[in-house]
Amino acid sequence: MDNVIRQRTLGARIARVSLYAVLILAALFYLLPLVVMLITSVKPLAEITPGTLLSLPREPTLTPWIKAWGEACTGMRCEGVGGYFYNSIAIVVPAVLISTLIGALNGYALTKWRFKGSELVFALMLFGCFIPFQVVLLPMAQTLGWLGLSTSRVGLILVHVVFGIAFTTLFFRNFYVAVPTELVSAAKLDGAGFLRIFWRILLPVSAPIIVVSVIWQFTQIWNDFLFGVAFSAHNSQPVTVALNNLVNTSTGAREYNVDMAAAMIAALPTLIVYVLAGKYFVRGLTAGSVKG
Amino acid sequence: MSLSRCAAKPAAATGSRRSPSGLLQAWLPKLVLAPSIAISLFFVYGFMLWTFILSLTGSRMLPSYDFVGFAQYARLMANDRWWVASSNLVIFGGLFVAICLALGLLLAILLDQRIRQEGALRTVYLYPMALSFIVTGVVWKWLLNPGLGIQAMVRGWGFENFRFDWLVDPDMAVYTLVIAAVWQASGFVMALFLAGLRGIDDSILKAAQLDGASLPSIYWRVVIPCLRPVVFSAVMILSHIAIKSFDLVVALTGGGPGYASDLPATFMYAHAFTRAQIGLGSASAMLMLGGVLAILVPYLYSELRNHRHG
Repeated sequence: MDNVIRQRTLGARIARVSLYAVLILAALFYLLPLVVMLITSVKPLAEITPGTLLSLPREPTLTPWIKAWGEACTGMRCEGVGGYFYNSIAIVVPAVLISTLIGALNGYALTKWRFKGSELVFALMLFGCFIPFQVVLLPMAQTLGWLGLSTSRVGLILVHVVFGIAFTTLFFRNFYVAVPTELVSAAKLDGAGFLRIFWRILLPVSAPIIVVSVIWQFTQIWNDFLFGVAFSAHNSQPVTVALNNLVNTSTGAREYNVDMAAAMIAALPTLIVYVLAGKYFVRGLTAGSVKG
Repeated sequence: MSLSRCAAKPAAATGSRRSPSGLLQAWLPKLVLAPSIAISLFFVYGFMLWTFILSLTGSRMLPSYDFVGFAQYARLMANDRWWVASSNLVIFGGLFVAICLALGLLLAILLDQRIRQEGALRTVYLYPMALSFIVTGVVWKWLLNPGLGIQAMVRGWGFENFRFDWLVDPDMAVYTLVIAAVWQASGFVMALFLAGLRGIDDSILKAAQLDGASLPSIYWRVVIPCLRPVVFSAVMILSHIAIKSFDLVVALTGGGPGYASDLPATFMYAHAFTRAQIGLGSASAMLMLGGVLAILVPYLYSELRNHRHG
């Protein structure tokens, strides 16, 4: 939008300066917690005293990080969050890949092979994006029990796939709607089949939406706490649950630096993804909410 | 399960006039969709029904099917903790949505003034959205900790009487949730509004400028009304986040002090999973679903109408 009146009056200059002042102030508000988290996580415990929230560490140390990774107590065990970090990876990677693949095929079938009722099918599935998960928790717990998957990683993967495909289908469906149908129709006339058309025509242009879907699912599942806390035990707990346990473990003296280091460890994967691929992250967030 | 039934019905109509391989091709799209449809029917719709049935039973530790009618809902209505949780949701949700909208709109308008380093600022405003609510809760718990956090810092600057101990104040704890949630989500609202602003047709604005309208009145009279659809979506998404808020409460206040900052999501979890009140927990989950539906139905309606045209 180009409606800035570019006058060189004193008033305009003051307005410009205060504009930047407000924007920078806002940036500080958003940055403050991250900065505090980071500097606290490299301070020795002795330097954490009232009033030193923002002061830089005098003797920076990585001990809190090492402790958070391998020794800190999360409930009854004192093995740090490292093992739970691996749990998260072991849950996230298959869940993201499977839900993205299913979403891509669903979106393709719903847009390029429309049939009577396909819009209804889409509406039916879309609803899954919106339910409060509290409403499925108890039946899910029982179903996982019947399947022999309670408190296992496979069970959590299943849960994340089941409740992720609504989103991935939405992404791919809205993306494939915009891909010209002529190409697909021509290929159909040439006798190309369902999977061949997907492989040769749709998949090669799908890179951006695959990235959006993978990033969205990765962030959602990595950051999940509700399913993690409800359906897991020690051998399958994700890092968010371990972090919460670590912070709320009341044995011994509070080690705030270790808490902050553990929070950084839990936050880093999604932060890195955001910094590397912020554009696609935003696109996933806004998919389906802003049109055009 | 319902896989074959879902796939067979529509396929029979189109498949009959094709060759065997054509028959397979006509089946394939539906065959591909069938598992997802089955999953949706069972895990979403079936589970909602299941939870509803549980809410009509006297289930405690384990699900049992001794029906008690709507007694659990009556118990819920008589439960003080549920009322605290519900009114907290109104306070938290209302403030969270309103502040996010105001802050997001302000930042978007300011960022839209040909700012140097716009990309960097945008990145900074939005990054909290990538974090887990657990991380957000842990960090803000540390910042709001009266003994070592912001209160202690400001006192250290010489303001000895400065008080900012909302985290341990039963009347104020719910507002700490608002602070942390606004911090996390307002950048996202900014991104929504910025995208909306960039989509407004320049010629409308030029015309308003030629008419001699001042910049604030252009924004107030022309630009903001154009953003109505964005406001609509943002309100949907934010209220949805508010109703589902669980992790943030667990990590930041633990629902405390006492149960002063409980929300329906934490109430449900506490009763269904730790207090052996499955029936009561299910009833509260159904009321949460009702709340979401009340917001969602108008949204989905407009969404699907647009899809049909698109």
